[in-house]
Amino acid sequence: MSPRRSQSGGRVDRTRTIRFTFDGRPFTGHAGDTLASALLANGVTLFGRSFKYHRPRGVLTAGIDEPNALVTVLHGEVREPNTPATMLEIYDGLTVVSQNRFPTLAFDFGAANQLGGKILGAGFYYKTFMGPVFGPLKGTRFWMFCEYFIRRAAGLGRAGIASDPARYERMNAFCDVLVVGSGPAGLMAAKAAADSGARVILAELEPKFGGTANWLGETIDGVAAAEWASTMTRDLKARDNVRLLPRTTVWGYYDDNSIAALERVTDHKSAPGKGEPRHRHWSVRAGSVVLATGAFERPLVFPGNDRPGVMLAGAAERYANEFGILPGQKIALFLNNDGAYRAASAMRKAGAEIAAIVDMRGEISEAAREIADEAGGELLRGHAVVATEGGRHVSGIKVQKFDLASGSLSGEARHLDADCLLVSGGWSPVIHLASQAGMKPEWNEPLQAFLPPKPTQNWVGAGAFNGRFTTAEALAEGHAAGLSAAGLPGGAASVPEVESVALDAHPAPVFEIRAKGKAFVDYQHDVTADDVRLAYKEGFVSVEHLKRYTTLGMATDQGKTSNVPGIAIMAEALGKLIADVGTTRFRPPFSPVSLGALAAERYGDLKPERLTPMHDWHLENGAAMYAAGLWYRPMIYGLAGETVEQAYIREAKTTREAAGIVDVSTLGKIAVQGPDAADFLDRVYTNVFSTLAVGKARYGLMLREDGIALDDGTTWRLGNDDFLMTTTTANAGKVMQHLEYLLDVVWPDLKVQLTSVTDQWAGAAVGGPKAREILASCVTGTAVDNEALPFMGIVHGEIAGVPVMICRLSFSGEMAFEVYSGAGHGMHVWEALIEAGKPSGMVPYGLEALGTMRIEKGHVTGAEIDGRTTGRDLGLDWMLSKKKPFVGSMMMDREGLIAEDRVRLVGVISLDNRPLKGGAHIVEEVNEKEPKNSIGHITAVCYSPSLGKYIGLALVKGGKARIGTRAFISDPLRDRFGPVEIVSNHFFDPEGKRMHG
Amino acid sequence: MLITCPYCGPRDLSEFSYQGDGNRTRPDPASTDQAEWNDYVYDRINVAGDHNEIWQHAGGCRAHLAVVRNTLTHKITSVGFARDAGHKKSDGHRRTGAHS
Repeated sequence: MSPRRSQSGGRVDRTRTIRFTFDGRPFTGHAGDTLASALLANGVTLFGRSFKYHRPRGVLTAGIDEPNALVTVLHGEVREPNTPATMLEIYDGLTVVSQNRFPTLAFDFGAANQLGGKILGAGFYYKTFMGPVFGPLKGTRFWMFCEYFIRRAAGLGRAGIASDPARYERMNAFCDVLVVGSGPAGLMAAKAAADSGARVILAELEPKFGGTANWLGETIDGVAAAEWASTMTRDLKARDNVRLLPRTTVWGYYDDNSIAALERVTDHKSAPGKGEPRHRHWSVRAGSVVLATGAFERPLVFPGNDRPGVMLAGAAERYANEFGILPGQKIALFLNNDGAYRAASAMRKAGAEIAAIVDMRGEISEAAREIADEAGGELLRGHAVVATEGGRHVSGIKVQKFDLASGSLSGEARHLDADCLLVSGGWSPVIHLASQAGMKPEWNEPLQAFLPPKPTQNWVGAGAFNGRFTTAEALAEGHAAGLSAAGLPGGAASVPEVESVALDAHPAPVFEIRAKGKAFVDYQHDVTADDVRLAYKEGFVSVEHLKRYTTLGMATDQGKTSNVPGIAIMAEALGKLIADVGTTRFRPPFSPVSLGALAAERYGDLKPERLTPMHDWHLENGAAMYAAGLWYRPMIYGLAGETVEQAYIREAKTTREAAGIVDVSTLGKIAVQGPDAADFLDRVYTNVFSTLAVGKARYGLMLREDGIALDDGTTWRLGNDDFLMTTTTANAGKVMQHLEYLLDVVWPDLKVQLTSVTDQWAGAAVGGPKAREILASCVTGTAVDNEALPFMGIVHGEIAGVPVMICRLSFSGEMAFEVYSGAGHGMHVWEALIEAGKPSGMVPYGLEALGTMRIEKGHVTGAEIDGRTTGRDLGLDWMLSKKKPFVGSMMMDREGLIAEDRVRLVGVISLDNRPLKGGAHIVEEVNEKEPKNSIGHITAVCYSPSLGKYIGLALVKGGKARIGTRAFISDPLRDRFGPVEIVSNHFFDPEGKRMHG
Repeated sequence: MLITCPYCGPRDLSEFSYQGDGNRTRPDPASTDQAEWNDYVYDRINVAGDHNEIWQHAGGCRAHLAVVRNTLTHKITSVGFARDAGHKKSDGHRRTGAHS
């Protein structure tokens, strides 16, 4: 009554026992078993419940095309859902649970959905829950309410929320020939290419190389095909120019023969070996590719075709020959082609009884008839299976007379006892990768299959992939494909001889038997033949619409078994030929890919970090660090018990009263050098630089080509043809690219060289009333008084024996100096400055105090140069030269950019003595319930120690005209409303007396 | 996708950064023809087929390359240095009928 392990046979290692659990029950299997084969050997046939109707489901296939037997693997708290039991190799300690059942697999509440099956057709949920009005819940809101419960009841495996401790890895590889698939065709191709000296990679998604050679029971070159395959594999493995990748699924075919593959390195092991990742993502760049991906057998569509115990004929053959499993003891077959008769003979040889062979065709070949006679059991030609019987497992079938020409059933339905039904609806070449790298697949009428399209990339196909279904053809085509891929001429090849039964692969053009009951097309998504017809009736007639409306082929198996039957049923409904209906394009991935493998090492703490030369000092001196892009910068140097606000207020206050020092090494720095450097700067800055004297610096503003502000910073003229440009920390890369583009593409005749020197210079800014005194005490080789070092002047000297360059410029509004040294001396100079500052009470300050002082001065940063503001918006009209054209000069004065109601930079002062919020809106009238139209927003906020008030910078419509007026801050999300006064952005020392000293 | 950099040889797409339409011609810096500037900054042709593009070999020599790429097949038929490709002031070939 149930499947079992046969006495002998198969290629599993019966001497090695492996223990695992399924839904908490302990089981044993043998080395070489998959979860599917091991459970079948234990008589288990119920593997899961279906997606929508919660129908019992068993194993349909023996490979990656499995739509039914999907399970969840548990690694502690980590769940790996929707794993095909047919692809899961068992290991000691493997813990597996079934899916989509509650409370248990055998007794499932959701199975009640089967009773409502008539109304649960395609689109049922959307139709029912979208439209109608139920009390207060109308339309989409009602759907959103119901969706939670519907989603809970439907579905497959549940993803876990525990973090995955496994390690993943990425690899790049290059080869002359990549062979995908290691059946007889793939092995021959790999060998032919390798013999020529080409670098070959052979990828096989199963653990064992050889494909069908492992289970068809044929003879190649006088030995069992499986032995021939292992000899070939050993031979290939021994070569230096061949890399074998087992358990590796090639899932994506991208431009220029760039191939993506996933290697499951340790999924078959109890614990990974030393250094082994769980999965490895391969990016392979191949000169050419041999696609030897074989074919998938198709099920037939008839009522009850999803009952556990229904299995593909080819899969049963594999279970018997490779795993030594009998899928049943009294087996019936239902088929439309000769090829599947081989399965009958395999079952008989393995010891099963053949109940009947139901062939929908009236005529069959002599070879098929001989097999049927040998296998025993009834041969019912011109018959079809119209139902399966039994509860959670097949106990019998019903058959009726079937007329192939008209597709009609006649006569009484007859019952036959059987505990297993093998079906075959013909074969579909696995053209997924070819479809990604080719034109449209072509329908072949004799084979009733889509054949590979014309390539748009450099690949050749071989074997069953090409619709050549015999092993002899596969060997010959594989050899030829290998030679061709290696760039060699073909020739009279000596291809090994095959002994096998000659069976015709051409199936009868029938995909569905129409009788009463649910007949499944897409098992995984529970799409029936009637759903496909319903889609047609409702007007979803193109394959693309059919797919989306019914979700046919959209499950994790991507329609490997359902694609062609679904299209065939739609074609019939449309009264068209399949060739005219066509197929959807297969897209990557061929099978599910772990996100971990795609991310590999690129996550979490492994993000690159940029640290300034003074980083360690900051940490040792209590700095709380702040991530600014990739850089880490001190936010505050907090004292014990201080809040962030208290710390930055103290730092800013001390700087304004005595002195402060801040690390400015992160500023972008670009060396602009060459005879045309000054001319170039005139073109890219809004203001003039050619008039700048050597030894002086100037503040500059850059626009984009469209007239919007890009970046600001100071540029220092170190020599006639030698400038050092500084950019904001965040825009260093963007500015460099902007300048490089202009120089390389637009003005290649300018003699200018650009070099990024951000990492070569360390910078420290010392500011405050005592700053000059501090510098004077530690700088040698130059004076730093007002004469030697006027505002915006540059001098060269030494600090603690190390050469430095000092520029007197100010961001804080204080008398300030930026001290630059080679990055390697950065810490040395910094410590010398700290030491020199001690008598004056100088403090180190962080970004918060830096921000506070710049807000008090009304300077702009990235918060204001936000990609929408112009120079005029920022109050920098004075920097826009009228004497020369510059990047953006013609675009910045367009109508919309100079309109009166544009936002302009202003200051705001909180009138309720509460902190303002960055990003909050400014409104004319406050209304907390229904916020009114915004007239602008706040870009930066702080507590100003100089003013003793909470202040901010804002971009407000009308700008300066509003200065002195009252407005309101409106921030409904953070519940902050209150009055503000609009003032000039220059809060503190507007005349600049302090910095000019 | 592979781009064959004239300096560095065939390199993976990930080393390059797209720098826009290669059909644009920047007007003379002194030009005050607003329409010409609008054309340069905003108007793009959306070609189905061979397209002139600028790519920077940002992860390599940092040269800007003039690439002819088929937008339907990604096939690259020519790669040269942008600075040699006449993207400076020249007659260019301005778009026709691109304004709708």
